[in-house]
Amino acid sequence: MKPRFDAGDRVRVLDLGKPGHVRTPFYVRHHVGTVLHRAGAFLNPEDLSVGRVCGPVVPLYRVGFAMRELWPDYAGDPADMLAIELYDHWLAADGPAPDTIGEAP
Amino acid sequence: MSSGGHSHDHDHSHDHDHAHGHDAHEPLVVEDEAGNTEGQIFVAALQALLVERNLIAPGEVRREIERIESPGVHLGAKIVARAWVDDGFRTRLLADGKSAVAELGIGVGEAQLIVVENDAATHNLVCCTLCSCYPRSILGQPPAWYISKAYRARAVREPRAVLKEFGLELAGGVQLVVHDSNADMRYLVLPQRPAGTDDLDEAALAGLVTRDCMIGVAVLSEVPGAQPPTA
Repeated sequence: MKPRFDAGDRVRVLDLGKPGHVRTPFYVRHHVGTVLHRAGAFLNPEDLSVGRVCGPVVPLYRVGFAMRELWPDYAGDPADMLAIELYDHWLAADGPAPDTIGEAP
Repeated sequence: MSSGGHSHDHDHSHDHDHAHGHDAHEPLVVEDEAGNTEGQIFVAALQALLVERNLIAPGEVRREIERIESPGVHLGAKIVARAWVDDGFRTRLLADGKSAVAELGIGVGEAQLIVVENDAATHNLVCCTLCSCYPRSILGQPPAWYISKAYRARAVREPRAVLKEFGLELAGGVQLVVHDSNADMRYLVLPQRPAGTDDLDEAALAGLVTRDCMIGVAVLSEVPGAQPPTA
């Protein structure tokens, strides 16, 4: 799987509604951030956790979010930010907020 | 969670106080008479079986625990001190942490090490909201507060309040960057070299570096020895 995004791209975090060992915490879902850099490609932890230890690797990115994007009442400096690792299939190019739950690839 | 096997004897020494408001009927922690938790009881039984069938030797588990727990803060401190005295190393460290620390003979078991540098305008803080990801290869096992739900939740929600409770109040205009190590990367904060350390060699510098400043809940203050003695 080729990485779809690169540093500087604006991305929205999907809410795939998957159970189990997902590495995308709820607090970043639906929010828009900026790709900081690509971070390699790894086996999907959602599959690894249920014993599927082979298959295609999934690109991983570090994505930055303004704290005020995540928490509208954030009281700290407006420049404060959060950096987090997100897998390719949890991201969409920034656009209108999705009003339906996305589907896993 | 199974509650089978747990006795509700009310004269049990570990019995909890039923007057303090928990009305759940299931105990929070299942323990045997020796104080072992449910997980420990399972592991001990499994280990006894593996030893009995000659699949592992007694002592093997102990040696593995020793190996896992042998890395400590001294490794992280060595990395930081080298970065302070060697600009070339610092550049390589920030570009590719895992390769750079290999130059010091330090192996990073995790997928990648991302080193984030504090400076006059930026402060970095590391947490893991989903579990307890931590650069164990170079800092050892995480402190209890790092894996507490309170730290994990609050470090991303109100990080400046958390830092204040740790005794660190960031100056105005300093950008705080919180790193959630939620997946495959691990993070090390490269603290600012404190004032008054120009005369110290690399080993002495390493002695100043603390665990908490490499997580980002503290900064290194001016070296006390460098301050003029009080008259």
